[in-house]
Amino acid sequence: MERLRRTMMFVPGNNPAMIKDAGIYGADSLMFDLEDAVAISEKDSARFLVHNAIKTLNYGDTELVVRINGLDTPFGRNDIEAAVRAGVDVIRLPKTETKEDILAVEAVIEEVERKIGREVGSTRMMAAIEGAMGVINAYSIASASKRLVAIALGAEDYVTNLKTKRYPDGMELMGARSQIVIAARAAGIYALDTVYSDVDNEEGFKREVELIKQLGFDGKSVINPKQIKPVHEIYAPTAQEIRKSSDIVSAARAAQKEGLGVISLNGKMIDKPIIERAERLLQLAKAVGLYKEGMENEE
Amino acid sequence: MRNSIGREIPENIIMDRKLYEGEFSMNSTVAKAAPVIKPVNPGESKLLDNIEEAIVKCGLKDGMTISFHHHFREGDYIQNMVIDAIAKLGIKNLTLASSSLGSVHKPLIKHIKDGVITRITSSGLRGALAEEISKGLMEEPVIIRSHGGRARAIEAGDIKIDVAFLGAPSADVYGNASGTGGVGNCGSLGYAKIDALYANKVVILTDYLVDFPNMPASILQTNVDYVVKIDKIGDPAGIASGATRYTKNPKELLIAEYASKAIVKSGYFKDGFSFQTGTGGSTLAVSRFLRDEMIKEGIKADFALGGITKQMVEMHEEGLIKHIFDVQDFDLVAVESIGKNPMHHEIDSSMYANPHNRGCIANKLDVVVLSALEIDTDYNVNVMTGSDGVLRGASGGHCDTAACAKLTMILSPIIRGRIPCIVDSVNTVITPGDSIDVLVTEIGIAINPKREDLIERFKNVNIPQFTIQELKNKVESIVGVPDNIEYDEKVVAIVEYRDGSIIDVVRKVK
Repeated sequence: MERLRRTMMFVPGNNPAMIKDAGIYGADSLMFDLEDAVAISEKDSARFLVHNAIKTLNYGDTELVVRINGLDTPFGRNDIEAAVRAGVDVIRLPKTETKEDILAVEAVIEEVERKIGREVGSTRMMAAIEGAMGVINAYSIASASKRLVAIALGAEDYVTNLKTKRYPDGMELMGARSQIVIAARAAGIYALDTVYSDVDNEEGFKREVELIKQLGFDGKSVINPKQIKPVHEIYAPTAQEIRKSSDIVSAARAAQKEGLGVISLNGKMIDKPIIERAERLLQLAKAVGLYKEGMENEE
Repeated sequence: MRNSIGREIPENIIMDRKLYEGEFSMNSTVAKAAPVIKPVNPGESKLLDNIEEAIVKCGLKDGMTISFHHHFREGDYIQNMVIDAIAKLGIKNLTLASSSLGSVHKPLIKHIKDGVITRITSSGLRGALAEEISKGLMEEPVIIRSHGGRARAIEAGDIKIDVAFLGAPSADVYGNASGTGGVGNCGSLGYAKIDALYANKVVILTDYLVDFPNMPASILQTNVDYVVKIDKIGDPAGIASGATRYTKNPKELLIAEYASKAIVKSGYFKDGFSFQTGTGGSTLAVSRFLRDEMIKEGIKADFALGGITKQMVEMHEEGLIKHIFDVQDFDLVAVESIGKNPMHHEIDSSMYANPHNRGCIANKLDVVVLSALEIDTDYNVNVMTGSDGVLRGASGGHCDTAACAKLTMILSPIIRGRIPCIVDSVNTVITPGDSIDVLVTEIGIAINPKREDLIERFKNVNIPQFTIQELKNKVESIVGVPDNIEYDEKVVAIVEYRDGSIIDVVRKVK
C-alpha cells in the first residue's frame, strides 16, 4: 500500500522554531509553505530556510512537501529549484485550474532534476483545487502527470470564488469535495481535504473529519499539532472493523485455495469490492500498528 | 580540589566547608541553634510608626545578617523598601539572607555598590541583579542554597539571622501574621516561618492591620518583636496570579504527555501514591494528563507537595488528592484553598525539605516532576545558570525533592532556540545525576543507566527511548557543538548542596 497521508501539517516557511520541531508531532506529511504564509519581503529568506531545513534535519519517514509560489510570480521558479535541490518529496502547487498548470510546473521540476542529477520523476507533485475552474477540471488535473500523488481542496479561496462563505455544516463545499474525491479515485491518486481554522473548536473539527472520511478523503490538512491525534484516531480502524475484515480476507483466501468461485461468510455472499475494502482496511490497520498478520488466529 | 562528581572547587573557597560526597553522606547528629530574644511584658506595645523606627529598635548594626522571604515574588515591595531605609541610616556591610531574589530586586545593585550589602545567600537570582553578580559585582561569592538547604542552615546556625523583616498580607498589633485575610494575599508563608523561629529580632510588615487576635496565624506573636503598618506590601498581581493556566504550547504538552505516560508505566503509579509537579509549562501540564489517568484507573494520591496552583487544588477538591502540603502558593485559587480546605496544609521549608531534621515531607515523596536548563550525560542538572554562564534561575526545591523522591523526572526540550539542553558537562550542577532517574524530552525519554529496574520495566513500553548520549548526538546533529563558555578565575557564587557541602561554584563570565 502506498504511504499514509492522513494528516498534512502546514508549517510557515519563515518560522525556524516551527520548522525545526514540525516532525515531533506525528503528522504523516509536513507542508512547508512558501506561499500564503510568507510575506513578500520574506520570500527569499523563507526559501533558504526551508531548503536548509530539508537538507539538514532528519524528519524520519515523514513526507516533506513544499508549497511553492505560482510560476506567475517572481518566486515560483526559484522555489522549485530550491526545493528539488534540497531533496523534497513533493512540490505542491498553489491554486491549480487546468492541467496546463501542472505541466508547466512539471517542466521546471524536470529541468532542475536533470540539471542536478536527481532521478527524473523522483520529485512528486500535489495540486490544490481552490476555485470553480479547478473543480470542473479536477479529473484532467488529477491525471495530468505521473508525478501527481494527491489533489487537495483549498476551501477559503473556493467559497470566495463561489460567492458564498464557509458554514459549520460544510454544505457549500459538497460539490467540490465530491468532485475532488471522484477525480482523485478515477486518476488513482489521493484526495486531501482543506484546513479547519478554528483550532480551539475540537468538537467541530472532529465532526468535519468524520464527514470527510465518510466522503472518501484520504486525509486532512491540519494547521496545529493538536489536530493530528483526532484525525488519526478517527481514521483508525476499530477493533470490530479489523476483526470483520480479517474474517472476510480469511474466507476469501480459503475459498481461493479450494478453487471456489463464490465466497460466502456467515451465509452472506462476499464479492470483490467487499474483499478489496477488507484488504485495504487491514493494510491501514497494519500501518498504524493495530494489526499483525496471523492475528486472526489469536484469541 | 574536585568533589565526588568531579566539579573543581578552588581551595580558597572551600575553607572549613565540606565538599559534596553523595546525596545522603552527611549523616551525623546535628545541634540546632536558637535565637537570643528579648521578652515582652504585659502592656508593652509592638506597633511602630515606620520602618526606620523598627530598624533602630532592632539594634541593626554594621556586619549583621538580615532576612526576607520571597512569597511576594515579583510583586514584592518589602525588601527594596527596608534596604533603602537601612541604607539611609548609614548601616553597612550586611549579609542578606533572602529565601530568594528576583528581577524586582534590581535596586540591590546600588546598595551592593555602596557597601550596604556585602554578602548574600539566596535560592535564586534573576534579572539585572543576577547579571551584575555574574559579572563580578560582589567581592564575596553569593551562597546559593536550596529551600531545604536554607532551612538546614538556619536551624544549624550556619545562617544567624539578626533581624528578619517579614512581610505579611495581614497581621494584628501583637504580630500574629497570616498569608491570607488582607489585600495582597500570598497564602502559605512557609519560607518565612523558619526565619520567625530562629531570628534574634523579627519585624512584621503589613498593609492590613486587623483586630487582635489574627488567628489562625502562620507566624505567631511569640516570635515577633515589632509590627509596622505600611502602605503596600507589594503588587497583588505580582504576588499571586488570578489562576494558573495550563500551557497551550504543543511541544510542552507533548513532553508533558510523555512524562505522564512514563509515570503511569513506572511502577510508582498506584493508589495512595504521592507526587510533586512544577508550577508552569510542561512540569505543570503533566498533572493534566496524570489526572485523566488517575480517573481512568481509579487511583487517588495520598498527598501532593510543593508550590501549589489551581490545578492541584482542583484535583484535591475532586477527591483525587487527599492532602496538600503547601510551602508556597502561586495563584489566588490556591490561596483561597489554604484557608478553606482542612486537608490543605501550610508547611514551613524545614518540614518541606530540610535533610537534617527528623524527616521532611520530601522523604515520603514517590514522584517528582522537575525542569532543567541543562542536563549532562551524567544526568547532572543545571537550573541556575544559562547557556551563557550567567546566573538566571533558582535552586529552589530541586535538589531536595530530587534526592528524596523514588522517581525523579526531568522535563526539558532537547534544544531551546538554537542552544542544546543536553550537554557533555553542565555549566553549573544544582542537582547531581545520582538523584535523577528519567529525562523526558519531546522526542522521547532517557533512563539513568543506574536504574536498571526502570530500564527493564520500560523494555516493552511504547515510548521512544534513547540513551542520553543518543539524545545529545541528535541535538548536535541539529545545532552543532557550541564553544565552551569562558570564565574568569573569580568565583561569584558557591552552590551549597542541601546538606551544606559544596557541590559546585559559579565563576565570573569573561
